[in-house]
Amino acid sequence: MIPPGEVPPGCQPVITVHGLKNSFGEQVVHEDLDLTVCRGEILGVVGGSGTGKSVLLRSIIGLQTPDEGEIEVLGENMVGRSEDEAKNIRRRWGILFQNGALFSTLTVAENVEVPIREYFPFIKPPLLDEIASYKIAMGGLPPDAGPKYPSELSGGMVKRAGLARALALDPELLFLDEPTSGLDPIAAAAFDQLVRGLKERLGLTVFLITHDLDTLHAVCDRIAVLADKKVIGVGTIPELLALDHPWIQEYFNGPRGRAAEASYEGATA
Amino acid sequence: MAEVEDQDGEQGQGSVYRVAGTINIARAATTQREIDALPDPLTIDLSDINRMDTVGAWIVYRTVRDRGAKVIGASRDEVSLLKQVGEFDVPTRVVPDEPHDFVSVLRELGQWIAQSGGTLVGLLGFLGATLIGFANVIRRPKRFRLNAVVQRFDVVGVRALGIIGLMSFLIGVVIAQQGSVQLAQFGAEVYTINLIGRITVRELGTLMTAIMVAGRSGSAFAAQIGTMKITEEIDAMRTIGVSPVEALVIPRMIAAVLMMPLLAFWAMLMALLGGGVFVWLSLGIPPLTYIQRLQDVIPPTDLWVGLIKAPVFGFIIALAGCFQGMLVQGNSEEVGSRTTTAVVQSIFLVIVLDAVFAVFFSNIGWI
Repeated sequence: MIPPGEVPPGCQPVITVHGLKNSFGEQVVHEDLDLTVCRGEILGVVGGSGTGKSVLLRSIIGLQTPDEGEIEVLGENMVGRSEDEAKNIRRRWGILFQNGALFSTLTVAENVEVPIREYFPFIKPPLLDEIASYKIAMGGLPPDAGPKYPSELSGGMVKRAGLARALALDPELLFLDEPTSGLDPIAAAAFDQLVRGLKERLGLTVFLITHDLDTLHAVCDRIAVLADKKVIGVGTIPELLALDHPWIQEYFNGPRGRAAEASYEGATA
Repeated sequence: MAEVEDQDGEQGQGSVYRVAGTINIARAATTQREIDALPDPLTIDLSDINRMDTVGAWIVYRTVRDRGAKVIGASRDEVSLLKQVGEFDVPTRVVPDEPHDFVSVLRELGQWIAQSGGTLVGLLGFLGATLIGFANVIRRPKRFRLNAVVQRFDVVGVRALGIIGLMSFLIGVVIAQQGSVQLAQFGAEVYTINLIGRITVRELGTLMTAIMVAGRSGSAFAAQIGTMKITEEIDAMRTIGVSPVEALVIPRMIAAVLMMPLLAFWAMLMALLGGGVFVWLSLGIPPLTYIQRLQDVIPPTDLWVGLIKAPVFGFIIALAGCFQGMLVQGNSEEVGSRTTTAVVQSIFLVIVLDAVFAVFFSNIGWI
């Protein structure tokens, strides 16, 4: 396995993080963190609570200015750029926040239309409404979900609606922050399949933060492990297990890790 | 990029839409407009396309669906993308259906009345629950939460001293200034002191304090309790066996009821001070004369009128705040709207009650 800072062979980097440092007051979250995400892969990011998975995501998408380091997304430098420049990149990615972050005063369909209206004001109904409709269907929601308000949706439907909004602009890059947390196992498995299917259909690159071992087995091409303030390894599960790091061993070889592995192997065998 | 050909050829009337390069969301509006401008039967030629996204595919798909257009020159990827978007063709509405006719107006009116009635019944129920809570605390004084009550005293009372004092001082100055200007027309400037003394002690001290407390503490009550409802803290309390009424509502009620008269008295003093400073500097009435005149013109009943109202107003404010907080359910947006309702309701009720009190006290001879 290659170190996290290096670009694997045949990889076209979509996200490059180099020497990232983040701290809140005295507390250093990341130090000298390197990570590369290749085009067309689903990269899972795991780590214990408080290892800064969400902070890493926020740094990459520009919600958090890092203390040090370089971040490049889709070939553009993300650190210290102006709002106008950032707009061009924001058009090319979609983000599903952990709790959906749907706009509560808008219906699901209107939520999906927000990014389209913002960037392409010339697209008018009925085309606009039709686009929203098929994005909602693509997110795996039934058609009657379109005119509902977020407060009327279940947890799983909120995530799907958030995914539909993230897909609104046909992004090249999709960020998912714990997409299956809070879902029941059936809904979580369905969501995994949805993400996998969308990735294959639309050729997406997916940056996926998760705690869910089943998701890691079912969906991810490579997995990055955050520990000790940096990415200690990137690779497939067997490659990671070859690293003799106690957290990795405990995570994948603990009772839950084994159960997830067994069920996944049983399903594919 | 689009090249449009009108074909008057073998098949008679018809047109070919040929796009080169990309057909994607950025060009969606243009592409749609160009397609709309072409006559039927339409043929879409995709042979020169090198990139198509789902929005582009959707436009092609809907043209085929709605106008029976023919697609030629599509690569295998493009065909599969067209098929995929076709699979997601399940129309959905964007906003809920809301008919705007006479019946719906009637329905809304009915709903509003039913809701108002429900709120009133709920308020009665809440009042009952609060009284039961008080009874429980009196029966078992150990359950009285002294710390919580003292903390509320601090928040509702002590920390309000600054802002209420400043506000009252300024109101005293304004009354003195406006009053002296008007009374000077009759050469009766000295009666400014009567005006300041009676209006602040009898009415404004308590009323303005009540409005300030409603805005400051009534809203805080609603927001705190409402947030606790959303984060399920109230449910957690119930399951642990702590009564939310005893733990949250009663301390706030006691604090508002006991702090209101004290704050009102403080407001009266500050308003008298503000008026005194004005008449001293502007009309040249020395402070000692001012105080003597005040003693002569303010009957003791005025002070009672002001102070008797205060705890009642405090009770109304705390009741409205806690009640609206308890009504919060669903999303965080509701915390905001319930807080607004709490403040509006309590200020409205305070002013209505103030009018009732005014008539009452006049009728019993406390003029």
